[in-house]
Amino acid sequence: MFFLSHIWLIPLLPAFGAAVMFFFGRKLQKATVSAVCVGTIVLAFLMACGAVWQYSAWSSTPENFHKPYETILYTWLGTDTGHANYAMHGGTPAAFHADAGFLLDPLSGIWLLFVTGVGMLIHIYSTGYMAHEGGYYRFFGYLNLFMFSMLTLILANNYVLMFVGWEGVGLCSYLLIGFYFHRKSATDAGNKAFIVNRIGDAGFLLGMFFIAWIFGSLRFTDVTSLAHSGRFAIGDPLITAATLLLFVGACGKSAQLPLYVWLPDAMEGPTPVSALIHAATMVTAGVYMVARSNALFVLAPKSMLVVAIVGALTALFAASIGLVQNDIKRVLAYSTVSQLGYMFLALGVGAFAAGVFHVFTHAFFKALLFLGAGSVIHAMSGEQDMRNMGDLGHRIPITHRTMFIATLAIAGIFPFAGFFSKDAILWEAWSREGGAYRFLWYVGYGTALMTAFYMFRLMYLTFHGHPRMSHEAEHHIHESPVSMTAPLVALALCAIVAGWLGWPHSLGGSDRFTKFLEPVFATEAQVLEQQGRAGQVAAGQKEEERNTGTEWLLMGLSLAAAGIGWGMAWRSYRHADKGYTEPIAVAAPPVYNVLLNKYYVDEGYDYVFTGRRKVGDVRLGVLGLGVASSWFDVHIVDGAVNAAGWITRLAATVSSWWDKWIIDGIGVNGPAILARALSYPARAFEWGLVQWYALVMTAGLVGFVFYYVYH
Amino acid sequence: MESMLHITTLHYLVLGAALFILGVVGVLTRRNVVIVLMSIELILNAVNLNLVAFSHFWGGLHGQVFAIFIITDAAAEAAVGLGILIAFFRNKETVNIDEVNLMKW
Repeated sequence: MFFLSHIWLIPLLPAFGAAVMFFFGRKLQKATVSAVCVGTIVLAFLMACGAVWQYSAWSSTPENFHKPYETILYTWLGTDTGHANYAMHGGTPAAFHADAGFLLDPLSGIWLLFVTGVGMLIHIYSTGYMAHEGGYYRFFGYLNLFMFSMLTLILANNYVLMFVGWEGVGLCSYLLIGFYFHRKSATDAGNKAFIVNRIGDAGFLLGMFFIAWIFGSLRFTDVTSLAHSGRFAIGDPLITAATLLLFVGACGKSAQLPLYVWLPDAMEGPTPVSALIHAATMVTAGVYMVARSNALFVLAPKSMLVVAIVGALTALFAASIGLVQNDIKRVLAYSTVSQLGYMFLALGVGAFAAGVFHVFTHAFFKALLFLGAGSVIHAMSGEQDMRNMGDLGHRIPITHRTMFIATLAIAGIFPFAGFFSKDAILWEAWSREGGAYRFLWYVGYGTALMTAFYMFRLMYLTFHGHPRMSHEAEHHIHESPVSMTAPLVALALCAIVAGWLGWPHSLGGSDRFTKFLEPVFATEAQVLEQQGRAGQVAAGQKEEERNTGTEWLLMGLSLAAAGIGWGMAWRSYRHADKGYTEPIAVAAPPVYNVLLNKYYVDEGYDYVFTGRRKVGDVRLGVLGLGVASSWFDVHIVDGAVNAAGWITRLAATVSSWWDKWIIDGIGVNGPAILARALSYPARAFEWGLVQWYALVMTAGLVGFVFYYVYH
Repeated sequence: MESMLHITTLHYLVLGAALFILGVVGVLTRRNVVIVLMSIELILNAVNLNLVAFSHFWGGLHGQVFAIFIITDAAAEAAVGLGILIAFFRNKETVNIDEVNLMKW
């Protein structure tokens, strides 16, 4: 059980790498930096594999059956450190503990494997991609710091430690987006990401406070068992509030409406950063958090509906923007937002395993798409605009073929990974009772069509058609080095194979993925059924009423959607030449403009919240709250600070005056002056004349003689 | 003639006292350091005279033996005193005793 008991090493290894970079990075050679930072992640991946392997062995023994493995290093906050004594909702005192503890169960195991695996491949890729860039050690230090934070988030056993990791990944996202800090656009994007994230974090914190108040503990195991115990009614208003607030946090981190605006701008960072943070790992933290809190969400059907609707709308919205974007990374960014919407849609309809499955497959093909885009950009000497690409297919064959595989996966074409996960989500949405869910299926279906269209548009514009780049750029086109193409190939293999883990029952498979996740998700449905509660969750999971035929029909429909999307893209873009036209622009120019300008959301936020614009003479911005709070800060808060400083200076002046005149003047010099004054009479006799001294001696002698003679 | 003077011990003592006083006055008054040293010798010799007179008066030799000691002592003292004088002269280029005044306040 070595890997299990030493699971805390897994986050610590990249922390060590980051620390080495922080202290010594500047003086190290590039090869040393690569060896240290990539090495820590490789080790972490191997340890993760060992830990999950040992966990499956551990949890299949009868006494540990289906239990999560928890190990606690030390108690950080809690009743036995003397802090956090409070009364929970209902009056009983809380036994509150927030520890530095690690929890390994199937959910965190899956996340652990793909985060370390994809992270390892991206680190290897970065050694090639960043080879000619400055700040090499800084990049890898931040990347390792990110891995540490992400792993802390995943392995935490309570909400507080998860929040530590949550904030850490936000910080690393800021640092890495603004990596090219000489560019103002990059630093602005970093600020935007962090600030929008912070809004979500406020929601997360409030949700955590609610949970601490309701349940008296923030440990996942405590919260889950209390939620399952039947003490709370379904639809409990406090839990609904708590889960809605948690979902706000998830929106911020996982870029859902309305807090998605930072993700497209985050493409200012280097491409490996986009791949790792904004595709495969950090943005899935929100999904992880909601999945981890599934016991709470199940108790609040209204929250689940909100999650599903927001997810579906985000998916549609982002996909529509992605249809017309010209920057290759922007298309992929909006695609990420859209796919995250799918994941939340799955969680919202109660198909937690399907959502997690989509996270798993998405990590592989999205990371592959981003790394491939990075390879394209590398080949094009920094060009990112697809209008200036074209006909790259036979010149960078490995990149072309791996990206093609990823595009097939994301479009949901059988038998690639995306087909199985997306189809599982759509099937679960269709088979839930209630009109709202059917509507969500339609939204998901439309999104799938758009996804196929814009992804194949990306493929055709980049790799096919006629070359549209300048002649010097054309001469520089070359395939990327092995350090970059090897991870592409590895991820392509995963993109093909990963879906097979969740081969559905209707097609004859055993759906190992869902079965693996049963201890985390299945129990609450069974618990609710045992307690005789009828709810949408219990009703939706009646296996025997599922119609395999309907499922095949829906699978066929989604394949058709993918095919239609592909076909439309093929028709419009396969011969794209220098002056190619966008079909949407031809068909409906106003629609095209709105989509190209991203529905003017950023401008809207600018007007309403940031208040940089004025209407006439009045500066807008959250009803003037910005100006008011700024005035308060400058005059009152800073005034208090300045006053404190002024008082300190005054005290210093008085003190120095006292010291100079009173202490030194009277205390020290006084006795000296007194001594000098008193010594005047004594000094009067010291004339220095020898004969005078002799005379005085003689006079004294005569006096003595007279005294003795006459007495 | 009966008015012939007998030289008694008293005459020696008075002579000794006179020489002593001359010596003391010389020490206190003279400006030249060499003269001061000579005056000191004069004081010592006056004391010698006194001692020898009393030795004759009492009939013992104690006074004379002490006088020999004093003579020896005076010689040594003169040597040291002249050494100091030479050192003083090398520093000040003068033998004026008023120039020995550095120990004033």
